[in-house]
Amino acid sequence: MEQHYQHLYEMLTQVHGYIYPNEIDLQWSLLIVLYPYITGLVAGAFILASLERVFNVKVLKPTYHLALLTALSFLLVATLLLVSHLGHPFRAYEIMTTPHGGSAMAIFGFVYLWYLMVVLLLEIWFDYRRDIVLWSRQSKGLKKWIYKILTLGVTDLSPKTLKWDDKLGYIITIIGIPSAFILHGYVGFIFGSVKANPWWSTVLMPVIFLFSAMVSGIALVMFIYMAVSYLRKQKINMLALDTIAQYLFYILVLDFTLEGLDQIHRIYEAEESFEILSLLVHGKLFITLFIFQMFLGTLIPLISLGTLQLYKPKEKTRRFIYLASSLLVLFGVFFMRWNVVIGGQLFSKSFHGFTDYKIFLVGSEGLLMSILWIIIPFFILAFLLWLLPPWKRIDQKNSVV
Amino acid sequence: MKQSRRNFIKKAATAATGILATGILSPFNAVIFATEKPTDPTKVWWGYGIDIEKCIGCGRCADACKSENNVPREPFYFRNWVEQYTIKNNGEVKVESPNGGINGFVQTVPEEDIFKSFFVPKMCNHCHKSPCVQVCPVGATYDSPDGVVLVDETYCIGCRYCVQACPYGCRYIHPEKNVVDKCTLCYHRISKGKTTACTEVCPTNARILGDLNDKEGALVQFMKEHNCLILKPHLNTGNKLYYNGLNQEVR
Repeated sequence: MEQHYQHLYEMLTQVHGYIYPNEIDLQWSLLIVLYPYITGLVAGAFILASLERVFNVKVLKPTYHLALLTALSFLLVATLLLVSHLGHPFRAYEIMTTPHGGSAMAIFGFVYLWYLMVVLLLEIWFDYRRDIVLWSRQSKGLKKWIYKILTLGVTDLSPKTLKWDDKLGYIITIIGIPSAFILHGYVGFIFGSVKANPWWSTVLMPVIFLFSAMVSGIALVMFIYMAVSYLRKQKINMLALDTIAQYLFYILVLDFTLEGLDQIHRIYEAEESFEILSLLVHGKLFITLFIFQMFLGTLIPLISLGTLQLYKPKEKTRRFIYLASSLLVLFGVFFMRWNVVIGGQLFSKSFHGFTDYKIFLVGSEGLLMSILWIIIPFFILAFLLWLLPPWKRIDQKNSVV
Repeated sequence: MKQSRRNFIKKAATAATGILATGILSPFNAVIFATEKPTDPTKVWWGYGIDIEKCIGCGRCADACKSENNVPREPFYFRNWVEQYTIKNNGEVKVESPNGGINGFVQTVPEEDIFKSFFVPKMCNHCHKSPCVQVCPVGATYDSPDGVVLVDETYCIGCRYCVQACPYGCRYIHPEKNVVDKCTLCYHRISKGKTTACTEVCPTNARILGDLNDKEGALVQFMKEHNCLILKPHLNTGNKLYYNGLNQEVR
């Protein structure tokens, strides 16, 4: 408590202009920056996976299962961040038992559960069921039992059943696409519907969140695919990688256009909040917005990926550009979330001044904890790849990786 | 040809089913929030008036509120505070509220630079279309039947969404309870026929608690006699805190 007060007294000296006295305590910290970031990665990775399944983009086959498992690994962590940020984490269940219908946040639990249980888990299960059954027969010890449990007792491998697996998996993917859109569009709506905050309150917010989600998710799968191939000492399927990069480029163009439109609209309308927001972007957000998000995270990947659409250098060069672009995009989208979440709390709703945000190194909302939250999904992914390796799928047609 | 007709019928039927399915969404009418209306006009409907012309910036209201409601004494937690607005000759606006005005104010702008200066007491607007009630995911923040926005601290999960949604900065997270806290309009007092702590201590009678449904009551009379305005009217939150003498610079 004393430490918190001390921090707030320190923040009091950082205030510029006037802010409402209750605004010194910044409410949504780094954890809430990570939450839309991670859900965005989930939605993006899933949408990339669905491209292969629904739109029949066969060249993406090598990344299909990887993208699904990536989405699951990150989705499992997304809620933990939110719950750990609550003032009363043990009351979190109330959001499911007595949701308030008018609240944008109340639907969270349901959207999340729908996405996790109905879309991701089911799709992965139908995709892997045959392999799980076969693996449960071949494996030994504990692994055998894990597979046995995962079959849920459905061990029928007749061609008819397998055909049904495929059909149901396909239907779930079709349901999954709008679900992924809803999942992340909805996260954008949580911010976009706050009319008290002019930095958040824009009808474009859900759309911008969605497109930046796709951008970051695709970049993540691209990075993971390269990393996993490197670790497994396997040759990268350049055709798949080129195609992913192409999608990344197109969606990056759309994302950039939408975000640009949002800013141009703000500048042209120049409403009451214009002055304070202008001071915000040119002051406290200058580095994270113009340098990190726009220049490093958007323009450089846009130019380098765009160039590759016209001119194809050697494989090695391309691989390097893809690696750098995916990391830059991931970096840029993180700061996009930062600029929205933290940026929206740095100026006073009185429009008369600014407060500041200082990250702690330790503590439940500190930097180390946040880094841990980002690392955990990779461990989950490693476990999932050990348990359900896409490259060991027995179905010869699908084991291209 | 036959095939395409069959396909067409199939697609049309799917679309029709989809449209019909939206019918089950009617419970979500709750999200259309701005249409909500005040309750029964024959019952009490609490509102509040502040006469800026009478406020002398003594800060006793902010102090009394902290004592009455056990608000932490640190200068980051206020249910009630006073702002000093100083408009300079060059049009620049300076706002200050050291410790919420509890220790009074010292004018820091030289006399010759001042165009005008005044005090604006702030508190929860007890909006009847309040964004804080709208966004609370569990319904811990709610409207009382007599028009007071309250918080059930045994139910609040501490998500802080309401703090973000309040355009007037009237909410804070209680540092010990880890739940949101705000002005209750001294509900424990007004429901027993007393007035609020801040109203009681105001030495100039700049603060008026009243029933908006009582056409002969003090608040309605105050509104009749003065040109009252609300804060940020464009946000359409249905404020029930009315100011006399509110300058356009005040936000």
